Amino acid sequence: MALPAVLFFGIFALIPLFGVVVISFMEWNVLGSPSWVGLSNWQAVLFDRPFTWTALGLTITFVIGSYLFQAPVALLLGVFMAGQQRYRALLAVLYFLPLLFSSVAVGLTFQSLFSPNYGLSAALPFDWLPNDWLSNSDLVMWVMIFVVGWCFVPFHGLLYQAGVRQIPQSMYEAATIDGAGRVRQFFSITIPQLRYTIITSSTLMLVGSLTYFDLIFVLTGGQPANAVRILPLDMYVTGFSSYNLGYASVIAVILVAIGLTLSLLLNIISGSSKMESDKAGA
Amino acid sequence: MWGRKARLSTAVLAAGSLLGLSACGGGGDAETAEPDAWVLNGGVWTVVEEDFEAWNEENPEQSFTVESFANDIYKDRIRTAVGSGEAPTLIVGWTGGGLLEYVEGDYVTDITEETAELRERLIDSVVANGEVDGTTYAVPMNNVQPVMMYYNQEVFDEAGIEVPTDWDELLEAVEVFQDQGVHPFSLAGGSLWPMLMWASYLTDRIGGPEAFEAVVAGEPEAWSHPAIIEAMERIQELVDAGAFDPGFASVVADNNEDAHLVADGLSAMVLQGSWVYSRLLEESPDFMESGNLGVTTFPSIPGGAGDPESIVGNPANFWSVSANATQEEQQAGIDYLSEWLFNDDYVDGMLATGNIPPLTGLEDKIAETEDPEFLDFAYGMVQDAPNFQLSWDQAVDPSQERALLENLGQVFEGSITPEEFAENMNATQPSD
Repeated sequence: MALPAVLFFGIFALIPLFGVVVISFMEWNVLGSPSWVGLSNWQAVLFDRPFTWTALGLTITFVIGSYLFQAPVALLLGVFMAGQQRYRALLAVLYFLPLLFSSVAVGLTFQSLFSPNYGLSAALPFDWLPNDWLSNSDLVMWVMIFVVGWCFVPFHGLLYQAGVRQIPQSMYEAATIDGAGRVRQFFSITIPQLRYTIITSSTLMLVGSLTYFDLIFVLTGGQPANAVRILPLDMYVTGFSSYNLGYASVIAVILVAIGLTLSLLLNIISGSSKMESDKAGA
Repeated sequence: MWGRKARLSTAVLAAGSLLGLSACGGGGDAETAEPDAWVLNGGVWTVVEEDFEAWNEENPEQSFTVESFANDIYKDRIRTAVGSGEAPTLIVGWTGGGLLEYVEGDYVTDITEETAELRERLIDSVVANGEVDGTTYAVPMNNVQPVMMYYNQEVFDEAGIEVPTDWDELLEAVEVFQDQGVHPFSLAGGSLWPMLMWASYLTDRIGGPEAFEAVVAGEPEAWSHPAIIEAMERIQELVDAGAFDPGFASVVADNNEDAHLVADGLSAMVLQGSWVYSRLLEESPDFMESGNLGVTTFPSIPGGAGDPESIVGNPANFWSVSANATQEEQQAGIDYLSEWLFNDDYVDGMLATGNIPPLTGLEDKIAETEDPEFLDFAYGMVQDAPNFQLSWDQAVDPSQERALLENLGQVFEGSITPEEFAENMNATQPSD
């Protein structure tokens, strides 16, 4: 039964991955045929190109920033959506909307909103509002973390909503009898019970933002001052705007290595050996 | 319990998905006998698409599939498509270093004989760009695209000053507009390439065409030419004086925002290509009817060695025929170029939308149009120009293009000095 999955994985992940590793040892400018250059691409990207390390630093900022923004918001949203409040269904539909839009459409819309001359800042009468959202190299990283978070929070909210709904009501009833308040219940029942959901969602968030590309490309192209040129974008620009597929492949392999290490680490930290159900009756 | 394996493979898939980028190629399928053409969108390209529709109606057996792209996206994609043998039958290009590479790699065909008749009708200085060592590999296919200075007359009237014709007047105008709270110039810095227009005009006015010719010729220290250094200094002088819209780094040219800032009176002037005129006709008809849009040449620089009539821009876009297309497809492409290109309807359509085809003897036709003033100015500009410098990003070796744009962006940001710019660019000069 595993055959289709293995085939799919092989064709769409392993073969291209192998191809990229091969190209990382070649010099190729897209036109013409590639030629072997041994380790010189690796040498150049890792040691003679300081921007690689800048890009790595930007990537780490982006990944951590995205996680710190998305995780709490998604968790709270999920818990809220799983409840029984009035208008909850209506609000849940609204929260879900960003997930339905294509990222290019979202990017172009935010580009208009952030336009210094025609956007939000020009329309609202607040002088303290900056109008250089995308052109200020100190600000643009946080703007991107927000926009990307805006797109992905609904998805993770959905995961948490499903998780919360599976927590047996009897646990809360027992806690109420014992005199635990809502906050105590949240920290002592909801969070521990959501442990696996949190691990899944965290893995997706961290690895997802590590390899994130679309919105940053559409909104900024890495500008200004390459302030949001994180590794995936750096890979694209190096490969398809500077026509240096050798360097771009090295960056790609580095990204894969970081991605794999990160998900393995998460597995170990979360204690995969203790992965068993602790739900009542299961 | 979808424990470890499932989660691990999710992670691997997520990591692997980015590799898909390098696997995706172009659109044209070389196996079918259906010729195709990729075009850009907006402005003159609407006329190009209509021209293909007319061709397809008359030649159903050689019907073209036409796909249109945004400018910046097209530039990224076409090279991958050509390199992977998936190029469209007709390839839009800017000549320069890009065409040279296509020719060296045998990606485009020799069309010297087939287009001889067509080329006789065209302006020689434009046609010459499509030749490599005396052989024609590309022919002009749309309008001549000199870069000019657009301004909003109403904004100048309110400020009570005249349109600047030299550098000193330009600096004075910057100061006046600053006081008035109007951006003196808008600049689509998010797209980077509009910055090149400043760099290349300044270099040409200061040092004449020789400075950049040395770069194209591959001379090792060519970027350290005093004219290029001084051009960068003047750019930083302008930035420091507040000549540009402070949000310029987030303004992009693909949606014509820089020109709209002028149309809406938020900026006084913009340095842009001739294509902006036809896009404004489409996008801001009210402003165009008001008659407040003015065009003029780039200011002269006192003491500069360059001729103030020289221009910068793209002589035109060019068609090349893909060598990877089938025989039938290539034939369709050649038939289109030799029998159809620059037919009367196409030329009239271009003139009506404010675009000038690179044809000789157009004066009478221009006089007959509804709005001859702009066309007359631009046509005269091209014919009088002693030198027509091809846009720098297209003229240099394609491997330098991105570095040029990024380093120039840093000059505008003030994060590198003119000397550092020259040093960084010298390092990218092809070494052979």
